[in-house]
Amino acid sequence: MARRTFDIRAQPGFGLLALFTFFALYLPIAALVAYSFNSADSLSRWDGLSLRWFISAWQNSNVQDAAIRSLVLALWAATLATIVATMAALATTRTEPYRGLTFKYAFINQPLMVPEIVTAVALLIVFSRVKVWTGYSGMGYLVLAHTAFCIPFAYLPIRARLESMDLTLERAAADLYATPWQAFRRVTLPLLRPAVIAGFMLAFVISLDDVVITEFVKSGGQDTLPTYMLGQLRRETTPEVNAIATLFLALSVLLVTVFFFVNRRKP
Amino acid sequence: MPEKPDRNAIEVRNVSKLFGSGSAQFAALDRVSVNIRENEFFTLLGPSGCGKTTLLRLIAGFDYPTEGEIFLYGKDIAVLPPFNRPVNTVFQSYALFPHMTVAQNIGFGLEMLGKPKAEVAARVAQMLKLVRMEALAERRTSQISGGQQQRVALARALAPQPRVLLLDEPLSALDYKLRKEMQIELKTLQHETGITFIFVTHDQEEALTMSDRIAVMSAGRILQVGSPWDIYDKPAERFVADFIGESNFLKGTVSDIQAGTGQVRLSSGAVIRATLAEGFTPGGEATVIVRPEHARAVASGGQLSGTVETVVYFGTDTHIHIRLDGGELFTVRQQNARSRSCGFEVGDRAGIEIADDGAQVLRD
Repeated sequence: MARRTFDIRAQPGFGLLALFTFFALYLPIAALVAYSFNSADSLSRWDGLSLRWFISAWQNSNVQDAAIRSLVLALWAATLATIVATMAALATTRTEPYRGLTFKYAFINQPLMVPEIVTAVALLIVFSRVKVWTGYSGMGYLVLAHTAFCIPFAYLPIRARLESMDLTLERAAADLYATPWQAFRRVTLPLLRPAVIAGFMLAFVISLDDVVITEFVKSGGQDTLPTYMLGQLRRETTPEVNAIATLFLALSVLLVTVFFFVNRRKP
Repeated sequence: MPEKPDRNAIEVRNVSKLFGSGSAQFAALDRVSVNIRENEFFTLLGPSGCGKTTLLRLIAGFDYPTEGEIFLYGKDIAVLPPFNRPVNTVFQSYALFPHMTVAQNIGFGLEMLGKPKAEVAARVAQMLKLVRMEALAERRTSQISGGQQQRVALARALAPQPRVLLLDEPLSALDYKLRKEMQIELKTLQHETGITFIFVTHDQEEALTMSDRIAVMSAGRILQVGSPWDIYDKPAERFVADFIGESNFLKGTVSDIQAGTGQVRLSSGAVIRATLAEGFTPGGEATVIVRPEHARAVASGGQLSGTVETVVYFGTDTHIHIRLDGGELFTVRQQNARSRSCGFEVGDRAGIEIADDGAQVLRD
């Protein structure tokens, strides 16, 4: 019997396992998308092809409000988080390593490690107090909360890029009479741009997707799309949720695609 | 060349640079003082870790001295940030801005100085011409060769017309032939622009061929400053003689000192006459150096004698390694003549004749 040499690409069962994983991951999503075009009133019984629930979702003023609120919130949170993350990344990479730097990394990345529900409860307690003291109960709390947990997602790609960037470029700019701000504007930032965009996109999607913290922090009438959908599920569910989810998915895919092309556009 | 020997472009006074702290602290520069004259091609030469790059970084402003002062035309610049010093640098890695074209790179410094657009454009065109890169002005820096990048880096640093140009081993990334070409080009550029060049290298040949003056550095100190001829022919210390060119080192005791020369008794008992280095103080053991080209192998006679150990043919000349009767190995370099061997074979007895002023006694 011929002995077969070991080849990682020719392991029996690997293909099957991969196929299974693929289906396990995407079958539910495919089903969701398919059923969002269902004309029936039921979530799971197929009746025929129709855009009925898309139209219904589109015309539902609650959905409209929640969607716009989600997008505005994500835009604010991602923008603020990216600015803070860029500054934090500059501060933690453009310096000689010192005692306490590791602690700062951990501090910045804290939202990745602390269970979200803990942060949510903590914010609920603090913000409810602040709401009483200030009398303000607008979107500011949600923006703040979302910004906070979006920072590490924007921070990580930006820091990675800064760490791999050649420091002599900034030195050369300074040597050629650029003040620190000019050196940042003309040399560091243009080279950092792909990472800043990546960080922003990531933060945007993370904010768009958040349920737990939003659910705890939001005041009345501040439903985002995910919390609205969650609320719908508690009542009688219509295939409208499917349609909203499909649109949501489409938006995410669109963002990722745009990001991919923006990043690939190299000189 | 018009000489203005009294005018110093750069004066380094008692500069020390310490790195680390506690027991791990070490001095990259140890109370270094040196004057660099206007319009001169000045080279900092030494092995890696000798402090030459640190000194350059202090002059550029990328780092600040722990102690001491650095003057640029009489003005203390030691604590000025790099963007406030009329000094530009050509980096070892070139550090060209990858998101800009060749022309944008060259114009960057002038733009930062707030020069009007027309002036920047005119100067960029002039610099492109100077380094013969007109045809590639609109290329990205990633689309040009190493030698071309080198010239762009040079043009970029020269464009703002700095008082002093710093060059940090700029030729080390180039291959041999291109390096030779760039050496000549650099020297010509320096002559044409009249800008003071401070050049850092560990390559002694590069230093000797390009410099007006050389400072030889070791372990954070400057050992000797002088013209290439001074450094090669009148090395002040053993390290300088060893680092630059080849040398034979012989141990001996000095006696009968008169008019800058002395008798040296070697361990083999042979006695040779040698010139004494400036500042040599008699007493005890001394080292004598003899350059291989200042000695000749002879069949009989000569001040030293020994047995031929190896004969190495180099084309233009032949190196004959002779084991002296005192035990040391001595190298003699003889120019080759056409169709005639050097006349010695391994195992032959040979005498060594040292040229009249070929032997020198050095400070250790």
